[in-house]
Amino acid sequence: MKMRRVIAGLGVFVVAAGLTACSSGGGSGSSGSGLNGKVTGSIKVLTQRTDLITDGTMKRYASEFEKAYPGTTVSFEGITTYEQDVTTRLSSGNVGDVLALPTTVAPNQFSSFFEPLGSVSDLSKTYRFMTAKAYDGTAYGVPTFGNTMGFVYNKTVWNDAGITTPPTTPDEFISDLKQIKAKTSAVPYDTNYKDQWPLSQWNGDPSMTGDKNENNAINTMKAPWTGTNSYLAISDGLLFDIVHDGLSETDPTTTAWEGSKALIATGKVATMYLGSWAIQQMRDAATTAGKDPNEIGYMPFPYQVNGKFVATVAPDYFSAINKKSSNKATAMAWIKWFTLNSDYATKSGAIGSSVNSKNPSTLADFTADGVQYLEQDPAPKGQENLQATLIKTSQIDLTGGIYRQKLVDVARGAASGTKTSFFDNLNKEWAAAEQSAG
Amino acid sequence: MSEITGDAATGVQFDKVLSPTSARLRRRRWLRGPNGELRVTPLLFMAVPLVLLITLTYYPVANLFWYSFTDWDGIALGKNFIGLKNYVSLFTNPQYFQVFTVSLYYFVASFVQMALALYFATILSFSTRFRNLFKGIIFFPYLLNGVAIGLMFLFFFRPGGTLDATLAGLGFGPASSHPLWLGNPSWVNISMAGASVWRYTGLNFVLFLGAIQSIPDEIYEAADLDGANSWHKFRFIIVPGIKRIISLLFILAIAGSLSVFELPYIMTGGANGSSTFVITTVQQAFVFQRVGFASGMAVILLIVVLLVTFVQRRLVPDDDVALS
Repeated sequence: MKMRRVIAGLGVFVVAAGLTACSSGGGSGSSGSGLNGKVTGSIKVLTQRTDLITDGTMKRYASEFEKAYPGTTVSFEGITTYEQDVTTRLSSGNVGDVLALPTTVAPNQFSSFFEPLGSVSDLSKTYRFMTAKAYDGTAYGVPTFGNTMGFVYNKTVWNDAGITTPPTTPDEFISDLKQIKAKTSAVPYDTNYKDQWPLSQWNGDPSMTGDKNENNAINTMKAPWTGTNSYLAISDGLLFDIVHDGLSETDPTTTAWEGSKALIATGKVATMYLGSWAIQQMRDAATTAGKDPNEIGYMPFPYQVNGKFVATVAPDYFSAINKKSSNKATAMAWIKWFTLNSDYATKSGAIGSSVNSKNPSTLADFTADGVQYLEQDPAPKGQENLQATLIKTSQIDLTGGIYRQKLVDVARGAASGTKTSFFDNLNKEWAAAEQSAG
Repeated sequence: MSEITGDAATGVQFDKVLSPTSARLRRRRWLRGPNGELRVTPLLFMAVPLVLLITLTYYPVANLFWYSFTDWDGIALGKNFIGLKNYVSLFTNPQYFQVFTVSLYYFVASFVQMALALYFATILSFSTRFRNLFKGIIFFPYLLNGVAIGLMFLFFFRPGGTLDATLAGLGFGPASSHPLWLGNPSWVNISMAGASVWRYTGLNFVLFLGAIQSIPDEIYEAADLDGANSWHKFRFIIVPGIKRIISLLFILAIAGSLSVFELPYIMTGGANGSSTFVITTVQQAFVFQRVGFASGMAVILLIVVLLVTFVQRRLVPDDDVALS
């Protein structure tokens, strides 16, 4: 009798465990109709823009979409530490229906997690930047918008220091910052060292040399950090000089990203190197601080080719469809609507990814300065993973901020070394990585 | 003719008059222990904690060992076996072990922690005014979330922040004459070790307090009768009684300082020479996407901690201390 009760109890436990395991598998049923099926039902969209979920913008997009396609429902999941969390969730397939394609996924891994959206040649008739997240001619993501690179600056501070035209060489830029330090009370440059990712922005402008193959050229270059061999020598060199000459904040370890927006808006900081997505954020901070948003200007990197500024234009995050989604048709319809019909790009002051989109008003300064835009070529076939492998082996995270934090430490005297010794070491590690990659 | 003696549950004594043991009786003999209880009951009670332990601890650790022999990047659906290559590259690159020098700061800090905790535990285990209030104040930091503590100390250590203002008020000169508590590479580890002391003294304190209070009062009375003063009581009664706790805390201190992660990661992200072994491991896994290599680092850390614990237990054996 006692035995029977025990067995009955165990039995209930096992059945319950089995049932919960079954239901957590998710409704992986009908994926049959693919991208061109009926647009109906519900989808979940994963996004890194938690700020837009909090202020209700995403909800507005959802209701607009649901009005255009009756019978659909769109829900959002905002994730703050997007890259890390979503990368871990990819293999389980628990990433909603539409998600922003994490930058950690290598091109040869796209087909394992994301639905192919069509051929690059077809989709390039409607969207720009399609080659960035494609593999073997098939596209796996649609860009949400495009960015360019430049320096966000406070026009009032620069005018007070007596500078009215953007500098055209790195040396001119340094002497301008020195003038700002001498004539105003502002900190000429804020590195935002503590949050680490703002330092990765210094990698954003390969096109400054005017070469649209620059990003691939450095993968086979012997000494990218010497002289003016590559954009790395020029941009990392400028960062080193800014910090070395005492033109940045006194204590880099206690900077704060959110606080820096208010600092540049109120003129306590003069300049920061950020993508064009930041212009609108700085202007909003100026409005909050009671200042005129047009005080925030944007100048190109101080380097010219044949007397002209050239700036990289590159895509931001891409929208992709989860391979395990059960409603791919609605997901595709959402991506199309979101990219082409919503005000997401214009609200961010960004370059739209439709082939017909015009440049946003935030880039008026660039137009005035006659800046030419140049998109970088994708990696040649067979070498899509080369740069990622070189980064892994050499431990020089080009797209991150760890080695640039060390650069700032050497420049300000907190770590041993000089500009020459540090850059020579970078060259050595990079060459060794190229060697072992074959 | 004898009957079956005792409870049939003993299952041992059978009269040979009975037919060959029936299946039911055989089951009973196997199922039940000498007092009639089901043998399987203890296992059932342990089932839930065992399941949790296996799924949340042993299974992931077994996976960790497996990953350290592959070149997995954390995303790929397949994992390639590469043998000992991860361990070879770990040991041929001394930069990965240089970060252990940072752990020395935290190790020294743990001695400061233990001294402070022992001092407070001793004076608060005898009648002092507002005893319970002080106990609460000392233990409170341990209850706070690590991220909150990190952010709080960022404000504390920034130029012109709380520490600078306090020192200026005490007459140590204006904020500009103070070193950069986090920006100066000679000070950054000391500052963060200090934050760590603030956080963990409460735990050591509570352990010491418990041990001290478990010493029976009669011993103190006997000591009083023999004319012992407070110092004698401390040296001859309290210290032997807490030897076990000190030994435990020493092991925790070593393991803790080798694997320190939370505070430096929140406060500096490992920059400016404050990187620790675990921070490097996390960076290798998630920034450089070498999960296999990072797993190897984690396995090495586990082995080092086990070795150190083993050595410590050999050098200072855990004797039983009889106080009465």
